[in-house]
Amino acid sequence: MPLSASAMPNSPVEGMPMDLTYTAAQQAFRAEARAWLEANVPARPLQSFDTEQGFAEHRAWEARLNEGRWGMVTWPTALGGRGCDLIEWLIFEEEYYRAGAPARVNQNGIFLLGPTLMEYGSDAQKARFLPRMATGTDIWAQAWSEPGAGSDMAAIRSRAERVGDHYVINGQKTWSTRAVWADWVFGIFRTDPNSQRHHGLTFILLPLDSPGITVRPIEQLNGLPGFAEIFFDDVKVPVENALGGEGMGWHVAMSTAGFERGLMLRSPARYQETARRLVQLYQHNRESADRDPAIGEAVMRAWLDAEAYTLATYLCASQLEKGGKIGPESSTNKIFWSELDQRLHETALSILGLRGELLPGAPAAGDVGQWLDGFLFAQAGPIYAGTNEIQRNIIAERMLGMPRA
Amino acid sequence: MDFSFSSDQLLFQDNIRSFLLNEVTPERLRELWLVDGGRCDALWAQLVELGLSAMTVPEIHGGMGMDELDFILLAQECGYAGLPEPLVETMLVGVPLLVGLDERHAALKHHWLARVAEGTARLAIGEPGNPLVSDAHVADLLLLPYGDEVHAVERAAVGLTHNASVDPSRQLFQVEWAPSAATCVAEGEQGRRLWAAACNRGALANAAQLLGLAKRMVDLAVDYTFERKQFGKPVGSFQAVKHLMANVAVQIEFAKGPLYRAAYAVAHGQPGQAVPVSHAKLACAEAAALAAKHAIQVHGAMGYTWEVDLHLFMKRAWALDKVWGDRGLHKARVRAALFDGQLAIGAGTTF
Repeated sequence: MPLSASAMPNSPVEGMPMDLTYTAAQQAFRAEARAWLEANVPARPLQSFDTEQGFAEHRAWEARLNEGRWGMVTWPTALGGRGCDLIEWLIFEEEYYRAGAPARVNQNGIFLLGPTLMEYGSDAQKARFLPRMATGTDIWAQAWSEPGAGSDMAAIRSRAERVGDHYVINGQKTWSTRAVWADWVFGIFRTDPNSQRHHGLTFILLPLDSPGITVRPIEQLNGLPGFAEIFFDDVKVPVENALGGEGMGWHVAMSTAGFERGLMLRSPARYQETARRLVQLYQHNRESADRDPAIGEAVMRAWLDAEAYTLATYLCASQLEKGGKIGPESSTNKIFWSELDQRLHETALSILGLRGELLPGAPAAGDVGQWLDGFLFAQAGPIYAGTNEIQRNIIAERMLGMPRA
Repeated sequence: MDFSFSSDQLLFQDNIRSFLLNEVTPERLRELWLVDGGRCDALWAQLVELGLSAMTVPEIHGGMGMDELDFILLAQECGYAGLPEPLVETMLVGVPLLVGLDERHAALKHHWLARVAEGTARLAIGEPGNPLVSDAHVADLLLLPYGDEVHAVERAAVGLTHNASVDPSRQLFQVEWAPSAATCVAEGEQGRRLWAAACNRGALANAAQLLGLAKRMVDLAVDYTFERKQFGKPVGSFQAVKHLMANVAVQIEFAKGPLYRAAYAVAHGQPGQAVPVSHAKLACAEAAALAAKHAIQVHGAMGYTWEVDLHLFMKRAWALDKVWGDRGLHKARVRAALFDGQLAIGAGTTF
């Protein structure tokens, strides 16, 4: 079927051409963010938010960010945000990581629950939860996994039984990030006792100090309680705390997981800054590092991959700004950044050699302990937010269209 | 900031993809293997009729005046189809090399660019350091390196010795020729600059084709996983098989950004384009190499046969991987830029 010649253009391409320069407004936005961050980022790093004091310090930082209206830049201005588009969000993230600003203790809230509330929440729910999330008054934990429902999340058994205008929750959640000191938790619970798999689940928000809740901290590889088990024993929750309608929990949760795998959880600036520090580390230790020629190669590779992740994010953000949607290809993101993070830190520890095993507080560690911290955290990357094996299944079945098992 | 293609660019891509899928079928590629010289004037005429031979030729020479960014998605589709005709090198390397000649050669420039645009001439380009020239036998004009010099030599003035490639669609020749003042069209600093630009364009052209080839190999392998049944199920339902393909999909997805970034840098004549171009070539070559390795595995013994179409694309990928700078060259360029401290790196430095 030959194509008619008229299908081809006879003049240079019309329409909006690709433009890889920042507009004057985008440059001004970057300058404003940079100036505020330079004036406000704590001079000394905060303690880990997986300690009680560090948690409080990070909560105070959330409040400070919010006062400057830099806490949730993508939120609408009416909710204390700046109504930023995704390109501006990327610019802000670049400045945030460039400034070495603290990790976001409320990332479960701001980046996962926040967008979900805006999509599925009633006006009353938005008014009730979003402002307190913005100020750091409510720090959110998440409750997806259960002892019998990890990668197989649809195997959830924790029940929320409807009794009048309340749900009564019984069951157990685990690997609940930030739950030790957080104020609220969101998760999905089985509201239809006769339902199977992903049917009959409801997305529910509840305070962690509700009577009947027991939080048992779990120490992570670094010895700190970064997550917890949550036991629910006849916990009463008003029905208005359900988000997106009873029985719609799987649907709502998948959209949250989409944000998590997709753009919002791991902005590329994080890896670009880690790669920059890795290049520096290599340059300062080149003589010893070059005894293994694979190290220089790995450093170069890590930098290229951090750039590739950045480019992919800008491609995706540009598509979304034109009205596109995040599709199954977002599963490739999660694999890419989690494996990149591992390689960045493995390479750093190879360069550090004997010093690499030293904990941040060890007298001889200097500042090398950060790399070990990052290395430990990087081990979790391919596991959380849906294991990389699950992501590969999703890519194969939904992106490539391969036969289901 | 808008890192996306225009609707027109995406429309061309769709149009060219459907044309190539219908006209450049595996059956037609196999038929061409049996033809002396392996090329087809009728197919070239079809490409010309679509306007493809005029795309990057400036309008004053009768072309459409489009740039590398306009052509990059088409180059990807040419890779996907395994198009054997030298369209991509002519458009992305040969034409810009001629365009870069100075006014002393205005007549030669106009003569050949106009002929390329109207479809009566094809170009072959000698990659510096590569003893073989692809498609020299169907080229009307050869652009050849001699030290830093660029020489424009008509085919009648050269002797060709065919060298068989693992890819039966490739036509490679040693070229016997005599450089002279009459054939020299650029020298010294200008020659160095033109060859450096040509090498970047060649790498870009191959990167785009390699990405298309990678996608084609995945598509062929995925189709096969439905057809082939073992243990009572399509083999594609097994996770071990799925994950081989998913790993390639990840590489393909993250090669797109570097490729389009590089095309933009070249189209806009940005300084420091060597690093983005090398990134693109490395990322696309690695995606294609992994696609080949995993696609043959997924095909099982069938993938090792002449009968199954996979090898049409796999062999092309193996070959293009090494042309216009092998991985060693491109890695060395990135390393030099990255480790000598000249490159600004970190958050906010990508564009």
